[in-house]
Amino acid sequence: MTLATMIMKMSEGLGKTCAIFFLTLLFSLPLGMIVALLRRSKIKVISKITQFCISVLRGTPLMLQLLAVTYGPYYLSVAVNKLSDLYNWSFYLDISISRNKLIPVVIAFAINYAAYFAEIYRSGLESMPVGQYEAAHVLGYSKPQTFMKIILPQVIRRILPSMTNEIVTLVKDTSMAFTVSYQEMFTIGKQVANSQTSFVPFIIAGVFYYIFNAIVGFVMGRVEKSMSYYTM
Amino acid sequence: MSVLEMNNVKKSFGSNNVLKDISIKVEKGEVVSVIGPSGSGKSTLLRCATLLETMDSGTLSYNDTKAAWMEENGIRYTKNLNEVRRHFGLVFQNYNLFPHYSVIKNLMDAPVSVMKRDKDEVRRECMELLSKMGLEDKADAYPCQLSGGQQQRVSIARALAMKPEILFFDEPTSALDPELTGEVLKVIKELAESNMTMVIVTHEMSFARAVSDKVIFMDHGVIVEQGAPEELFGNTRSERTKQFLQNYNNI
Repeated sequence: MTLATMIMKMSEGLGKTCAIFFLTLLFSLPLGMIVALLRRSKIKVISKITQFCISVLRGTPLMLQLLAVTYGPYYLSVAVNKLSDLYNWSFYLDISISRNKLIPVVIAFAINYAAYFAEIYRSGLESMPVGQYEAAHVLGYSKPQTFMKIILPQVIRRILPSMTNEIVTLVKDTSMAFTVSYQEMFTIGKQVANSQTSFVPFIIAGVFYYIFNAIVGFVMGRVEKSMSYYTM
Repeated sequence: MSVLEMNNVKKSFGSNNVLKDISIKVEKGEVVSVIGPSGSGKSTLLRCATLLETMDSGTLSYNDTKAAWMEENGIRYTKNLNEVRRHFGLVFQNYNLFPHYSVIKNLMDAPVSVMKRDKDEVRRECMELLSKMGLEDKADAYPCQLSGGQQQRVSIARALAMKPEILFFDEPTSALDPELTGEVLKVIKELAESNMTMVIVTHEMSFARAVSDKVIFMDHGVIVEQGAPEELFGNTRSERTKQFLQNYNNI
């Protein structure tokens, strides 16, 4: 196989790599904010439960979470059906391993990244001086107005560097989808490497990720610059 | 009818009784200065009046509109607190301008998005306010581009843009050097001359003496002495007040 064929073959998976990347961002960015607000809830039970969920998602490998979301429901249904046979319950679960792996992959990624984003949002929210809330309060802004108009824009500015960090990691983490044989770029690369007994596909993958992240870095740099018209 | 009336206000943080039964009354057009050592409860009193703290007990009303009152089972606040907030403005020690908004947006945003007023009319009024503050050329600047004195004048203009009946100042010059202090005090003085009702918590004794109709001296959560400035400064009755003022004169 020539170098050009290898690159062509792996490029076919780039669309799926991008799909994981963009869909994960689309869902995890807002979800992370919700989690961050729950984490900061004044109701102790809610904040404690949220804290526990975050610790599980951050404390176990993403690879494991991918396997759990992709195959977990099927094995769970098998177990339930066995119990059902044993005790003569009259219900059966009919869950098969989903054909379209994109759905479980994005679910796993979105939940995992939401946990990380939530902690970044929280760091931003907690760095806000209380005077900003008080000024808005005295001027009569409602709570949602205060959050959307006064707090959130400043928080975003503060957390952009840590966000860039996390997004760069996400680009590379998409390769983790090979564990559930989702045909994204790295999975194809691994297959090519095996069939050709060659290391070249991995080098190509490395170059792809590097270019992808160079673009991410450029875009995020632009965003940071566009928000740096003021200092805190 | 008083613009502000607070009666028997008590407030404690844990076991620390910050306000012990304070009552004050501010009439329309009156300028009241509150002086006293740090930790005497001056700022807490202001924060109770501006609804940033909830009182443990006592009453609070603006223009005879009740904001908080006592019932058998304790203090009750009105549900319509936003209505109450329309009565007053507050100027903070450290300005608390919104750094991501330009000067003019800092002034305009609350009248437009909270009071739902017409944008063009608000802009006209706010430009007028800025020129009164001597800042008309700073309308499109951001707070970080201004000096402390300019920032504090913007924050005064921001409070005035809401057309409050009474304006509170929480140590408005404590974060400023003497030169910048002067330009802010000048603005407050002009407001006093235009009959703005104001309550000013301050450490600027000579300013309090010059600008106020009434001076209140607080210590350890109680009002030790109050009266016309010439009385309180010239003919001090309380030993504690004398002692406090002496420290200023000795400098």
